[in-house]
Amino acid sequence: MSTVAKAVAATLPLEQDQLDSLTALGQVLPPDALLWSSGYLAGIAAARASAQDAPTSPVATNAPRLTILFGSQTGNGQRLAEDLAVQAAQRSVNARVVNLSDYRPADIRREKAIALIVSTHGEGEPPDDAEALYDFLMSERAPRLESLVFSVLGLGDSSYAQFCQTGIDFDARLAELGATRLADRVDCDTDFAEPAAAWADVTLQAAANVATPVATAPILHAVKTPLFSAERPFASQLVVNQKITGRDSTKDVRHIEFDIDGSGLTYEPGDALGIHVANPPALVSELCEVLGLDSSAAVGDSTLAAALSDTFEITVASRAFVDRYAALTGNAELARLLEDDQRQTLAAYLAERQIVDIVREHPSLPTAAEFLACLRPLKPRLYSIASSPLVSNAEIAITVAAVRYEAYGRAHWGAASTHLADQRQPGDSVSIYVEPNPRFRLPTDPTLPIIMVGPGTGVAPFRAFLEHRDASGAGGDNWLFFGDRESREDFLYQLDWARYRKRGVLTRMDVAFSRDQTAKIYVQDRLREHGTDVFAWLQRGAHLYVCGDATSMAPDVHAALIDIVATGLGDDRAAAEDYVKQLKRDGRYQRDVY
Amino acid sequence: MNDSESKPLSDVERIKSASQHLRGTLVESLADPLTGAIADDDTQLSKFHGIYQQDDRDIRQERRKQRLEPAFSFMIRARIPGGRMTPAQWLAFDAIGRRYGNDSVRVTTRQAVQFHGVIKRRLKTTMQAINTSLLDTLAACGDVNRNVMAPANPATSPAFAAVQAAAQSMSDHLCPRTNAYHEVWLDKEKLIDTADEVEPIYGKTYLPRKFKAAFVIPPDNDVDVYSQDLGFVAVVEAGQLVGFNVMVGGGMGMSHGEPETYPRLASTIGFCRPAAVNAVAAAVVTTQRDFGDRTNRKHARLKYTIDTHGLAWFRDEVNRRLDEPLEAAREVRFTHTGDRYGWQQASDGSWQHTFFVENGRVADSESQQLLSAMREIASLNAGAFILTPNQNVIVAGLNDAERREVAALIAKYNLSSDSVSALRAHSLACVGFPTCGLAMAESERYMPELVTKVDALLDKHGVADVPIVARMTGCPNGCARPYLAEIGLVGKAPGRYNLLLGASFNGDRLNRLYKENIDETEILATLDELFAGFASQRHAAESFGDFLHRSGRLTRSGTPTDFHSPQAVTR
Ligand code: SRM
Ligand SMILES: Cc1cc2nc3c(=O)[nH]c(=O)nc-3n(C[C@H](O)[C@H](O)[C@H](O)COP(=O)(O)OP(=O)(O)OC[C@H]3O[C@@H](n4cnc5c(N)ncnc54)[C@H](O)[C@@H]3O)c2cc1C
Ligand SMILES: Cc1cc2nc3c(=O)[nH]c(=O)nc-3n(C[C@H](O)[C@H](O)[C@H](O)COP(=O)(O)O)c2cc1C
Ligand code: SF4
Repeated sequence: MSTVAKAVAATLPLEQDQLDSLTALGQVLPPDALLWSSGYLAGIAAARASAQDAPTSPVATNAPRLTILFGSQTGNGQRLAEDLAVQAAQRSVNARVVNLSDYRPADIRREKAIALIVSTHGEGEPPDDAEALYDFLMSERAPRLESLVFSVLGLGDSSYAQFCQTGIDFDARLAELGATRLADRVDCDTDFAEPAAAWADVTLQAAANVATPVATAPILHAVKTPLFSAERPFASQLVVNQKITGRDSTKDVRHIEFDIDGSGLTYEPGDALGIHVANPPALVSELCEVLGLDSSAAVGDSTLAAALSDTFEITVASRAFVDRYAALTGNAELARLLEDDQRQTLAAYLAERQIVDIVREHPSLPTAAEFLACLRPLKPRLYSIASSPLVSNAEIAITVAAVRYEAYGRAHWGAASTHLADQRQPGDSVSIYVEPNPRFRLPTDPTLPIIMVGPGTGVAPFRAFLEHRDASGAGGDNWLFFGDRESREDFLYQLDWARYRKRGVLTRMDVAFSRDQTAKIYVQDRLREHGTDVFAWLQRGAHLYVCGDATSMAPDVHAALIDIVATGLGDDRAAAEDYVKQLKRDGRYQRDVY
Repeated sequence: MNDSESKPLSDVERIKSASQHLRGTLVESLADPLTGAIADDDTQLSKFHGIYQQDDRDIRQERRKQRLEPAFSFMIRARIPGGRMTPAQWLAFDAIGRRYGNDSVRVTTRQAVQFHGVIKRRLKTTMQAINTSLLDTLAACGDVNRNVMAPANPATSPAFAAVQAAAQSMSDHLCPRTNAYHEVWLDKEKLIDTADEVEPIYGKTYLPRKFKAAFVIPPDNDVDVYSQDLGFVAVVEAGQLVGFNVMVGGGMGMSHGEPETYPRLASTIGFCRPAAVNAVAAAVVTTQRDFGDRTNRKHARLKYTIDTHGLAWFRDEVNRRLDEPLEAAREVRFTHTGDRYGWQQASDGSWQHTFFVENGRVADSESQQLLSAMREIASLNAGAFILTPNQNVIVAGLNDAERREVAALIAKYNLSSDSVSALRAHSLACVGFPTCGLAMAESERYMPELVTKVDALLDKHGVADVPIVARMTGCPNGCARPYLAEIGLVGKAPGRYNLLLGASFNGDRLNRLYKENIDETEILATLDELFAGFASQRHAAESFGDFLHRSGRLTRSGTPTDFHSPQAVTR
């Protein structure tokens, strides 16, 4: 028996023979396989655990311990929380990880110490899974929490107006309720790795004094590590890059497929595909020119052009950039935008500009190094997966709207979307990974009806849903709401829907094309039109899915939903609000908006 | 009754009888927002309402790749007996073409108008707009009597008005009675029980196939009367219309490589008095209704019914259905099929101008603002617009003052046909690509440039001033009556045509297949050689078609083989 095994044997919940076979495995398996199986086992464990005690949370021994709570929409927070648990174990801090969707808000009373990791979504709103606790704490019913110590890590993106708002809210409210900070809150931008690690370190040190130490072996806390991730993407081959809007369309939307044959890349409908991209070549040279920098100038062991193209975010402008660029240039006007009373102004300012626009407005001649220091690392983009593994596990499909627009008399491009649309042809290699989205899933009961609301590219995951339900012979009814500009030009996947309609898989489909008639009609209008049926379906246990634009569509659809339910409940708005909240808690109202 | 009763009926027959007098599920189809198309069965029924579902064939492949359905749109054909329109009606059509169609008004080879590119959600509005103009589209297509043709040129004969009247009356007599049209398009009250509805002449399943009738006043043969299912040839004595020779069994349509299909010239079966016209028409139509082949649409036209049962049998059957049997036919003589361009004065002293419209497409282009010009002329609200079977437009019935105004506009838009070559002036082309679902090769879009090239050859041989009837169609259906052209070109595949030669200048002799499936280079080479001979050996006033026969370059069997086996006599 290996020494490691001996050391841990005492504390292991394993019979000797079980331990032996495990050790045996440990000797024969190659590292990769080991890593994978650890994740695999952890997966099984996780599954069993949640099967047993979800939704109520296990507050086992009253031995004080650290509860790591996370609210996460696109998985960043989850990963950080799981890492934190591993570190806790390594430091023998008695801790457990709980996703807020599995957490009963009232249990907060009985906690001794919590580390809360939460992102911000929508426009400064909590991620769906954090909503229940958020509402509970913000409400009158919230208990005093004098005996609680806590630490908050906020995840966000400084290109949004309400930067890390949810983290800020939780942190402030917990203090208000009498709880004490273990460590100061940290607000993370998209490059969160370092600040998050620092926060974890401080938090665990402080927690060590609160939580009772336990001897634990890492393996018990080993987290499911997928084969591929943002850090270790799969170099796939693009096999299809097909425009799927008509020749007279005002939009350029692409159906893109990648070859993942034999990659071991696995996914479920509802997941998103992460894509590593490069910035538009034209924009790179434009930026160099505006800054009076030589694109071939050496940067590290590469060139400035390469850095701007592959390493840094140069399209999306962010608070972080304004902050650093203002400092670099000593520009008062920009500095002013950062003051607290300027949040909205800054938001509007950022929404209308890319980095190059800001630099054009406030020119300066920094060194390459100085300028790069103002930038955030280029982050991969996510795209809802538009195919089902049941239909083909050799290809994986996404639907990409190319972002191209005129502003300030110049052409502007979206980095990822135009990289895919313009720079990548069949045969080219693209680095991808699957971003699981456990909060956007088909009902486990195949007989349950579903209502899908997906205008524009928001329809992508529903193509996956229908393929999946068709291939798996799920009996449940399927109702799709789609919308776009012109039926003739922008009816994404029209032939696919027609096919599913013929086959009876697509029980019902309603469309809203805003430019087919003078009156602008949107999906939320169609929902209202068929409100009675929508409510009837919900009463039948239907799951409701919304995907697509986060800024206007999702809120409008939400409002429509409340109205529909209110009517269904005899014009009782309060009851409607609760009904819809409950739908969310039961995972019957799931949103994937961006 | 019908020797082919044993065989199963064609699918269209099922659709017709299940349709409750042409209603089908049209209303539901129009309401379906998920597609720009209508249900398959409804595409058959819509034809009876004058509507064809089509799609832009130029982008069919592209749309499939885009996972979009074909770019569906609809062609609407208005019914305009004798091609007569008021200026106000022209203005209405002009507006419809620009607002709902593809910015054009298409004059057809049957004196009607087609709108192209009308999308589904505008279909009903368009139909209503057409109807408010006091014209309709009912029975413009479908297995019924189609738009009735009549002489276009008022200047030809004092009997013109009388013949027009007869055509109008016969058209009304054979019009379907179903209320479906008004329900579906004009929101007329729905009949409680459509079973009450009766079609006195057609019955529940209408005719086995389309049916076409034309009136004509010799010596003009502008309507190509020999190509019609039913023809009434005016017999005029001392300026008085005394009656009509009755011709039956003409038709152009055939299919490549199917010898059992063939064009056929109409045969004369007798003479009738003006008062008997409607009765004779009904007798012919009901005979076809009862004996036409309903099992095979490719064998269902009247011409095949007649060839199956024999002409004598047919005459007897028609006479059996008449109070007075047909009299013996009179002598008639035709001289030409084309239009007379430019100004002419009618017997009543009024003026008319015949405008050359290349292949019937009235539209604005860089070279000519024809659509705008006709609009401005129509806004004078003078005289009448008459659409000709040669896809042209005549503005007739003008007094001297009006004549001057029109003349001014002709100058302004430089519409004078003087510069139009004799060949172009006598050329026709069907619609073909991109709208026609049956097209195998380009037609309307290609004919103009081919004519230019052929003109160059005629020029070279010094015979450019000889009028030659040249007609092109994108497939063998024969919509531009190519088998009655001295030079006929019938589409086989993109860029490839069958070359048919030797019809008579007055439309009483069919041409025959000369070379099969050839491209432009070979078309031009072949014509070049023939023109050389024509130029050197032509007899005075001899037409090109006649020359080819006299000189032995072409022989004729007068049987279907003429159209199915090429005969290029090499010497
Ligand atoms: C517009 C027109 C040609 C033109 O350039 O003017 C035309 C256009 C079409 N004809 Fe025709 N036919 C037109 C006169 C003719 C003629 C000439 C005539 O009637 O004097 C003929 C030959 C005479 C005859 O009927 O034999 C003709 C024989 C056909 C046929 C073949 C019928 C047959 O017996 O085989 C078809 C196909 C069919 O009916 O199955 C056809 C079918 C069609 C359709 C509707 C194609 C279809 O069925 O989907 C074409 C629409 C094309 C488009 O995009 O507009 N069209 N068609 C003419 C409209 C006349 C009208 O106003 O009603
Ligand atoms: C979970 C998830 C799923 C997603 N699924 C899909 C999907 O299925 N399909 C899809 O197409 N996208 C999807 N997205 C969005 C996608 O990830 C990218 O955000 C999008 O493609 C734009 O990225 P980009 O790199 O092309 O543009 P970026 O370079 O990231 O941004 C473009 C910049 O231009 C600005 N901008 C964009 N348009 C305009 C305009 N019209 N006027 C002014 N400024 C503008 C933006 O504010 C931004 O600053 C999803 C996002 C998430 C989070
Ligand atoms: C649709 C959408 C809306 C967002 N809105 C905000 C916001 O208002 N404020 C903010 O700071 N970050 C916002 N973000 C950024 C996320 O909070 C950030 O990507 C975070 O890393 C996500 O963490 P998670 O994967 O744990 O949810 C938004 C992200 C998305 C996709
Ligand atoms: S001849 Fe053929 S191609 Fe031309 S319009 Fe008629 S059906 Fe279409």
